[in-house]
Amino acid sequence: MRERPLGRSRFSQRLDRLTPLLMITPSVILIAIFVYVFIGYTGYVSLTKWYGVVPDYTWAGLSQYEQLFQLERFQADISNTIRFTFLFLIASIGIGFAAAVLLDQKLRGTIFFQNVFLFPLAISFVVTGTIWRWLFNPNQGLNLLFGALHLDFLKSGWLIDTRTALYSLVIAATWQMSGFCMAMFLAGLRSVPDDLREAARVDGATEFRVYQFVILPLLRPIILSAIIILGHISLKIFDLVFVMTFGGPGYSTDMPGLYMFIATFRQNLYARGAAIATVLLLMVAVLIVPYLIWNLREEPER
Amino acid sequence: MSVATARAARKPFSLSLVRVVMYALLLVLAIFYLLPIYVLLVTSFKSFAEVARSTPWQIPTLPTLADYTAAFSALAPSFVNTVLLVVPATLISALLGSLNGYVLAKWRFRGANVVFTLLLFGMFIPYQSILLPLVLTLERVGLYGTIPGLILTHIVYGIPITTLIFRNYYATVPGEMIEAARMDGASIFNVYRYVMFPLSIPGFVVVMIWQFTSIWNEFLFAVTITSGDQAPITVALNGLAGSLQQNYGIQMAGALLTALPPLVIYIVLGRYFIRGLLAGSLKG
Repeated sequence: MRERPLGRSRFSQRLDRLTPLLMITPSVILIAIFVYVFIGYTGYVSLTKWYGVVPDYTWAGLSQYEQLFQLERFQADISNTIRFTFLFLIASIGIGFAAAVLLDQKLRGTIFFQNVFLFPLAISFVVTGTIWRWLFNPNQGLNLLFGALHLDFLKSGWLIDTRTALYSLVIAATWQMSGFCMAMFLAGLRSVPDDLREAARVDGATEFRVYQFVILPLLRPIILSAIIILGHISLKIFDLVFVMTFGGPGYSTDMPGLYMFIATFRQNLYARGAAIATVLLLMVAVLIVPYLIWNLREEPER
Repeated sequence: MSVATARAARKPFSLSLVRVVMYALLLVLAIFYLLPIYVLLVTSFKSFAEVARSTPWQIPTLPTLADYTAAFSALAPSFVNTVLLVVPATLISALLGSLNGYVLAKWRFRGANVVFTLLLFGMFIPYQSILLPLVLTLERVGLYGTIPGLILTHIVYGIPITTLIFRNYYATVPGEMIEAARMDGASIFNVYRYVMFPLSIPGFVVVMIWQFTSIWNEFLFAVTITSGDQAPITVALNGLAGSLQQNYGIQMAGALLTALPPLVIYIVLGRYFIRGLLAGSLKG
């Protein structure tokens, strides 16, 4: 009478101890295959000669990479990504920080402005690209507005001029993403205790000094997070370029993320596409891996 | 308000001047964000002839819904595709994330931290680095070019972010609740089912809003895996713009139709949307 339930419970106890592993295993297997095995496969293809529809796994060593870095188009890609990322980060963090400070002043209408700054985050890059392409149409949109306001010096060829196309993309991307920085900074500002600011003010600090010496140092980790999160989004940028310029005019807005897609799925240059993908992954990993480790170290109590 | 007036009374001039400057700056920023929406709206109610007149900043003289009917009939099939894609992908990835989050927050086995970090890395990779093997795999199992193939893709690559949000959410549930249930003889799975899951509603709201919005707006997987009558709305919108180079009225109406569902969610449940957004930066 006593033996049986005990036996059953010993089995169910063992099952119980295995439950956490059973619950997480499907996801772990999926990620192991779809992330790590796939990355390995892409890396492998980048070391082959495969071009054309039929797979060709003939070993080619690093020759794809050597060719890639000598390619005019890929050199343009690297320079474009770096310039785009740099400008996009400065603009988004600058505007995001300014907006967050303004919204932290407890002015009337703060909620309204906050919602206005954040809504572009909810819409697709494809929508953003479609709207801004219209605004950047040289015979319509912004040029006509600047004309009407007698600001003719601001008129530009925007997307059809190789000198301005990249900057136009930066404007559209900043419009969409600067609210993200604002939200991060605002969350940070609101976590600064009021007595800290009050103490500095009592000591005679001007409002500017309070920001310089009390608040900015406290926000430093958030600035770093913003640089890393936005930076990696920027390196990966694809949708906006695909919709607004498709890399043109010339290669003036071409990016590694877009060229990988074109090389692989439009030109059947599979090994080259895989090499571009691997370079892109390495660029992102340099930014993200230290960040992941830093984040995990910071929460030992959980 | 009384605090503000008291402060204003102390330093009447400089404070109000600062305030005016601050409002002016806020207004400039608001114009930057709202200008594109204004142009989108006025253009979408104009006839083709009026758009061609190059007066993009003027309110339509004869407002018409023609652009919307044209955009709607062009985008309706892909709108349905996106709904069929977003609903199952959101539900399943949220459920998987909830299971993982529970385990990683409350039943930490050896190496749990390493597993968690390896999972998280999956949400930062450029998807170009897995795109080719993904396409080949979907081809092999007969899902390439289909909505189910896209659903599977979004479920898998949604696992990291949903796991992250749920793990951080469950970490705030007191351990005593689990211990109490364990004392009553509940198995680990039943603790999830009867204690954690019912407490998860706010977590599910954040995760599902985030997944809904991201999948609705996604483009790279969509344009790689599907085309034609299987394409979701972002791909169809881009195609619309390609085939109607000059008809900006229809393009703007289409852009609004594409943006509308996530925008409505943002307007109604913005608080939760921002929580999901900040969770993506890990520090949120």
